[in-house]
Formats: sequence, structure tokens, C-alpha cells
Amino acid sequence: MSSISTLQDEIVSEFEILGDDRESTIFYIMELGEKLPQFPADEQKDENLIKGCQSKVWLIADEENGKVRYFADSNTDITKGLISLLIRVLDNRSPEEIIQADLNFIDRIGMGSIIGSQRSNGLASMIQQMKRYALAYQTKLNA
Amino acid sequence: MSFDLEKIRGLFPVLHQEVHGRPLVYFDNAATTQKPQAVLDALRNYYEHDNSNIHRGAHTLADRATRHYEATREKVKDFINSRESAEVIFTKGTTESINLVAQTFGRKFIGKDDEIIISTMEHHSNIVPWQMLCEEKGAKLRVIPIQENGEIVFEEFEKLLNPKTKLVSVVHASNALGTINPVKKIIQSAHEIGAKVLLDGAQSTSHLEIDVQELDCDFLAFSAHKLYGPTGLGVLYGKREILEEMPPFLGGGEMIKEVSFEKTTYNEIPFKFEAGTPNIADVIAFGQALDFIQSLGKKQIKAHEDELLNYANQLTKDIKGFIPVGTAADKVSVLSFNIQGMHPFDVGQMLDARGIAVRTGHHCTQPLMHRFGIEGTVRASFAVYNTKSEIENMAEGIAKIARIKNK
Repeated sequence: MSSISTLQDEIVSEFEILGDDRESTIFYIMELGEKLPQFPADEQKDENLIKGCQSKVWLIADEENGKVRYFADSNTDITKGLISLLIRVLDNRSPEEIIQADLNFIDRIGMGSIIGSQRSNGLASMIQQMKRYALAYQTKLNA
Repeated sequence: MSFDLEKIRGLFPVLHQEVHGRPLVYFDNAATTQKPQAVLDALRNYYEHDNSNIHRGAHTLADRATRHYEATREKVKDFINSRESAEVIFTKGTTESINLVAQTFGRKFIGKDDEIIISTMEHHSNIVPWQMLCEEKGAKLRVIPIQENGEIVFEEFEKLLNPKTKLVSVVHASNALGTINPVKKIIQSAHEIGAKVLLDGAQSTSHLEIDVQELDCDFLAFSAHKLYGPTGLGVLYGKREILEEMPPFLGGGEMIKEVSFEKTTYNEIPFKFEAGTPNIADVIAFGQALDFIQSLGKKQIKAHEDELLNYANQLTKDIKGFIPVGTAADKVSVLSFNIQGMHPFDVGQMLDARGIAVRTGHHCTQPLMHRFGIEGTVRASFAVYNTKSEIENMAEGIAKIARIKNK
């Protein structure tokens, strides 16, 4: 499995291919969302909603052989695309790796200007929640 | 001014820019319109040459500022054809105008078990002030239902009217749907049972000819910034005899006649309702916005905007997955819609990627969205400076976006 930094480099080069064409970039993010694995309908409940997101984002995590697995969904396609990028980088890793991860690809591709400030705040909340889950599993594994 | 679109566009500096490498297409005019150069110049000119507090100044600058400020009041009077300029009160905006009526007229004349009628398509600013008043007074809020096409059910409105109805407060043109309400009929019916009528003119004043005497409305509230004028400024029109009966809204300077610690007497209208130093610069600049509108005439403006709306309807109606929201026969230039299977926010962001500015969400009309069983819409709203080629650009964008989920 590729390292977090290799995966981030991959994502950055994918976005570089799209160049400055904003429309293609947004369409690409939406396409990424379509690839998110099916999210269990019964987990679409309020307690799994991420606070601080304008659109609805449900996120759950599970532990599998010492690694954290993430499952997410959203009611908007662009947000689904954003969370699929985060899952691609952080899923199936040890809690330590996730907690320490520096997600620099977001700034490197200029995501803030692509998605605007409302969605950038939401993206920050998603990352925070993913790290929180990792922290909780780390505490549990070390107990 | 004759209707020369290129010339009109030339008056608005903000329009001449690129967004994400594409020419800006500004279709968020129902939220706020752009400002012509004359408005911007007036703001600057006031601060550069005339800045001074108005009324009671013994010096030249104060006199000049006062004359320019009061000149705008005269222009507003002509703009809405009120009987006199004293019936024109400057406020912060439509929201404050409505709250002013709720807190003064409402507190004095609406009591326990009295009724206030609004419609399903009201903006939150024409719902919440009345809910607050009803809660305080034990009065009741009644709501006129609407049909699927976004028109009110007039017969239901008539059924709601009764001797307890003290006020009917309805939107002239809906911000979320564009529907133009039959306000003349509404006013006549309300007056027959002795109720007063407030019109929320935030969305109508820039498109439709407004004659408060002909309409016979008791109040009219609107905002300058949706009329090519500055933000933070609005108007409340009220009939003199009602304004005189109303207690003051805010207490302070300007609104008094005599103050002693035992008793204060209040100034004449409109000053009774303009406590404190008003928004002088913006009022003066608003005069230029009104001149701009009057130079074209509402007839020409409406004809142009109707043409844009019809063209937009024509280009979008056959797009697979395109769902118009609000299809009333009589509309201002608002195209509200959804795309099957897509969130309005995503559609808005994808249009933004083409340089097209639209608004998405509930448009501060959540009860209306509930009525249609939707979370929100995408709203494109057109103004005098928009063009048919911009509509073509948008329609092309919508078709491209719709194809994602509607193959």
C-alpha cells in the first residue's frame, strides 16, 4: 500500500492534468464521489453527521486488524468527491499514521479556491472528525 | 435613455471582470443588484466634498448634505407616487421596515386574538417579525396557501379574512419563485373588512411600476440595494394618517420635538421614525440609482427582463432532468429550478465554475420550500444589464450539468 505522501502526490498530479479549467475540475471531483462505496442506509442518522458542514455528511469508522476503516456519504455530490479523496489517503491505516498525517494535497491543489470557503470549512471538519476517530481507536488499542 | 444594452452595461464597472477565467455572468440580482458608476461617484463625492451631519447645521456643508439627502426623499416619493415625501421613511432595509411596522403599528393596534395574514411564499423577514408580535400579544398568524405553480389561492385568502384580521402583510413579488401576487385585489378585499395592508416590495420595486396611491396599500417596504443602490438602506412608505397614529420606533436624536426629564414630545413624520444620524451617504447615492431607473423607465426594464426570462424558459424547458420551481403566469425575472438527482449547491458551484453567479438554497423561504417538499432551489435572477448570450451560456451549463445524472 502506498504511503500517505505518495498518494497525495498522485492526487496532486491528477489535478494538475485538469489544469486551470475550473469546470472540468469540479466535474472530476463529482466523479470521484460516484466511486464512494455504498453507505449503509441505517447509518444515515443524525449522530453520524459531521458538525460544521453545510451539506449533510455522514461518517463512520471501524477498526480492522489495528487499522482504521472509514465509510462516508453525503447528500451532495461534490462533498462526496471531497470525502472520497480523504478516504483514499487515510483509509486502512494505523491510528498513528492518521493522527500524524499532514494533508498538504488540499493546499497544493488550491482546493480552497476551487470549492469556496463554505465547503473548505466543511472539509476541515471532515478531517478533524477522521482524526478524532483515529485518536479514539488509538486510545482503545493502547488500553 | 434609449435601451442600448451595451451602453447600460458600460455603466456598471463590476460586470467587466473574469471569474475562473470566464467572463462574469451575474444572475444573482434578486439577492442584490450591481451599482452604476453614478452611485459609486455619489458616495465618493459626498465624502470628498459634502460630508456633514444633516438637519440643524448652521454651516454650508450641513446645508448641502441636507439638501441632497432630502432630494432623495423627493425622488422616492416620485418613484412610488406617494402623496408627500413625509410618507417616506429611510430605514436599514426591507427587514427593518417590516420590523418597524410590527413594533409600532403592531404593538399599538394588534391585540389578543387579533389576526395577521401572510402567505406561504413570504421571506423570513415577513414571517418572523409577525410571529414575535403574535407571541407577545396573543394574536394569531394566518397563512394563505399556494398552488403548485406558485400562485396564491385567492379564494382561500378571502376565507381567511374576518373582523379580527387587523393586518395583511404579503410579498408583492416572490424572491424565491418570481410570482407576482394580485396585490390590488388583496388590498381591496382586506380594506373591505377594515384591515391594513403591508406590501413587501423588496423584489417588485426594481421591476414593476409602483403607485402606492393607485394600489392603496397602507405600507410598502423595500431595499435600495435591490434597486441598483447601496446596501444598508431601505424605505418604509406609510400613509400619513397611519404613521401619525403610530408610536415611535427607536428613541434618540432627530426623532424628538422637545426633551425634558419629565416628558418628551416627538418630531413630525418622517423624522419621528429616523432616530439618530441616518445613512446619509447611501441615501444621497440612492438618488442616483433612482435617476438611473427613471432614465430607462420601468416599462423598458420590465420588457427587457421579460424577454430574458422567456428566453431562459425556452432554452431550459426541454433539458432532461430540469425541474422549474414556480411557474406562475405573472412573474418577475426569476428562474428557480432544480436538476433531477442533484443538490442545488452542487449545481450552483458548477455554474460558478463557468463564471455564472446564481443563488442556491432555501432563499430565506423555508416554509415555501417545505410546501414544495424540497430543500432548496437554484435561482437565476435577471436584471436590466443581463444579455441573451448570458442566458445561452447558462442554459448550456445547465444542460451539461443535468446530463451527469440524467443520461
